[in-house]
Amino acid sequence: MSTKQALSALTRREALMLAAGATMVAAGGVVLKSGTANADEKMTNDAIMKLIGDKKPADGKITLELPQIAENGNTVPVGVSVDSPMTADNYVKSVHLFADGNPAPDVASLHFTPMSGKASAATRIRLAGTQNIVAVAEMSDGSVYRAQQEVKVTIGGCGG
Amino acid sequence: MISRREFFHLAAATAAVAGTAMPFSRAMAQQKLDQAGILDFQSLGQVTLLHFTDMHAQLTPIFFREPSVNIGVGEVEGLPPHITGKDFLGHYGIKPGTPEAYALQSHDFTALAKEYGRVGGVDRMMTLVKAVRAERPNNTLFLDGGDTWQGSYSSLETQGEDMVKIQNALGLDAMTAHWEFTYGQDRVQELQEMLEFPFLAGNVTDTEWQEPVFESTAWFERGGVKIAVVGQAFPYTPVANPRYMIPDWSFGINEKAVRKHVEDARAQGAELVVLLSHNGFDVDRKLASRVDGIDVILTGHTHDALPKVEIVNNTILVASGSHGKYLSRLDLDVKDNKVAQYRFKLMPVFSDVITPDPEMAALIENLRAPFKDEVEKVLGVTESTLYRRGNFNGTFDDLICQALLEERDAEIALSPGFRWGSSLLPGQEITVEHVHHHTSITYPNVYRTEMKGSFIKEILEDVADNLFNKDPYYQQGGDMVRVGGMSYTIDVDKDIGSRISDLTTLKDGKPIDPNRDYVVAGWASVNEGTEGPPAYDLVAGYIEKQKSITIPENQTVNVRGV
Repeated sequence: MSTKQALSALTRREALMLAAGATMVAAGGVVLKSGTANADEKMTNDAIMKLIGDKKPADGKITLELPQIAENGNTVPVGVSVDSPMTADNYVKSVHLFADGNPAPDVASLHFTPMSGKASAATRIRLAGTQNIVAVAEMSDGSVYRAQQEVKVTIGGCGG
Repeated sequence: MISRREFFHLAAATAAVAGTAMPFSRAMAQQKLDQAGILDFQSLGQVTLLHFTDMHAQLTPIFFREPSVNIGVGEVEGLPPHITGKDFLGHYGIKPGTPEAYALQSHDFTALAKEYGRVGGVDRMMTLVKAVRAERPNNTLFLDGGDTWQGSYSSLETQGEDMVKIQNALGLDAMTAHWEFTYGQDRVQELQEMLEFPFLAGNVTDTEWQEPVFESTAWFERGGVKIAVVGQAFPYTPVANPRYMIPDWSFGINEKAVRKHVEDARAQGAELVVLLSHNGFDVDRKLASRVDGIDVILTGHTHDALPKVEIVNNTILVASGSHGKYLSRLDLDVKDNKVAQYRFKLMPVFSDVITPDPEMAALIENLRAPFKDEVEKVLGVTESTLYRRGNFNGTFDDLICQALLEERDAEIALSPGFRWGSSLLPGQEITVEHVHHHTSITYPNVYRTEMKGSFIKEILEDVADNLFNKDPYYQQGGDMVRVGGMSYTIDVDKDIGSRISDLTTLKDGKPIDPNRDYVVAGWASVNEGTEGPPAYDLVAGYIEKQKSITIPENQTVNVRGV
């Protein structure tokens, strides 16, 4: 991912936002689709492979807290928690967050120890457009879990 | 393996709450209609819930045509409320031509409207409420699902205050909200202070610390039963309506918060938990399947009127219509923290057969007096039935689109897919008040601008996905954006980006060129600083010039995938 590509993605988003601002879209909005410069499912899967190798992630254990539709794509609240006793022999080592439509898919990596007490964190992220947020959790026994949710980014304006 | 959802369906089928829905009245079986018949009800159990929602500031009787097109996609395809016309009559066993048929569906609307007359009127609703309270003085709980403060000339002029006075006079016990928020966060807080009952919204937090802005839960005791009412405001208010009016508040379905409010209520001894919701019916159907412990969801937002309740995961879902056209009554027998039995009736407010409550009638007259001359001003006469409600352009929408095209000299018009607005019959005079029923909002300005053909398609795709996304949690609950000057095809079963095709200008029959700029007029932009005349003035001016209005049924939207 070159800087130039990332910039062009932002420019497209800004162009759309600007267009909407200038043209005052009534009754409807525009999905800010990820342009070719943004990450995609393959890039995200490659990034995950880099972290966990050949391991097959299982479903479950992870709870993602995200809006279905973002109120503001520039600051989207995200919460992630993993079900674990967090004892010395059974705990969550790390949780990685990916956004498959952002210029670079890696959003955050969070590391835990049994002393953390619980594997839970919250932050805010910027989303360039409608995309999936993927969470991957690495457990102390080497097992891996995965969860994902789509977040729509629209300009909106149609509720009746 | 059986999925969680299927399990709940099964559980609902085998362990469902026992209950019945009453027809409008026994008298109506003989097609007679009177106040006693509408009120007729064999009371049951300790608690009587009364509910209306989405009144949209309709104080006086109106006509209101239910939708002829109300498509459900994915798992809810063909399920209530996604049944219309003759299918609706068949599903509920209603005879054509009866008062029930007139009130609940669109088939033969114009002829039946002439026979059975107008619906609604808060003075009529007050009469019904007083009668139920007289019969059940210590058992009745009266709840308002929101969209009460917006939708009329006087509510806009008084910035919602006339409706607060009406709500206090009705003696409501709690409300939740959606369009209320379009008066802005300061005004909402001012009006909330004036309410004599709680304004509940458990899913609204401040954007900075994500702390609650409003109370989530109100407590009541009726017939010896401890009741918790949890409020759920419209989850997509900052997306569907202007964000700048409520910059510090965050919404969302927030299923986790709903679950917590319900669990907290149970832990604090609630024997009956009611969710007073403005989620929309499909969202509530899904929510009920995923959150345990809600006895009743009083649904709102999507304006559905169902003569029977739906039951999902042991939760009773009530849909009470809109515009003051109905008052729902749900009697509950509560045993061991559960609903053992229920009895339900969707009471239609037929204006001509219910005696107006004199005190409420006086209050309404008083509130409308300052605006009487203006709202009663006649602009023209319609030769067609004018209505809005339905997934695609109604005739009143086409009238607005014509006005936008003409008055702003545009090639294409865009008008929002709102679900509110009264209907008019052929021969009826169109007044300023009627125009306000369809346009009375706090961000009414009509813009005129250029948009690329590709951008117009993107708008249509985006709105279509708000309506036809197969996951109800992604639905915003309005109808499809109304379009003038252009026809298109929509395949509701496809995904975003591939639902809309065949965009064609009506003037010359040419396909819309994705790279050409088109002059577009539209209103209700969610962007701050939109310039142009207010839609209500523009539309009123257009009708006044035309004098006689004839609008045939819309033929420009070709719907596939149904």
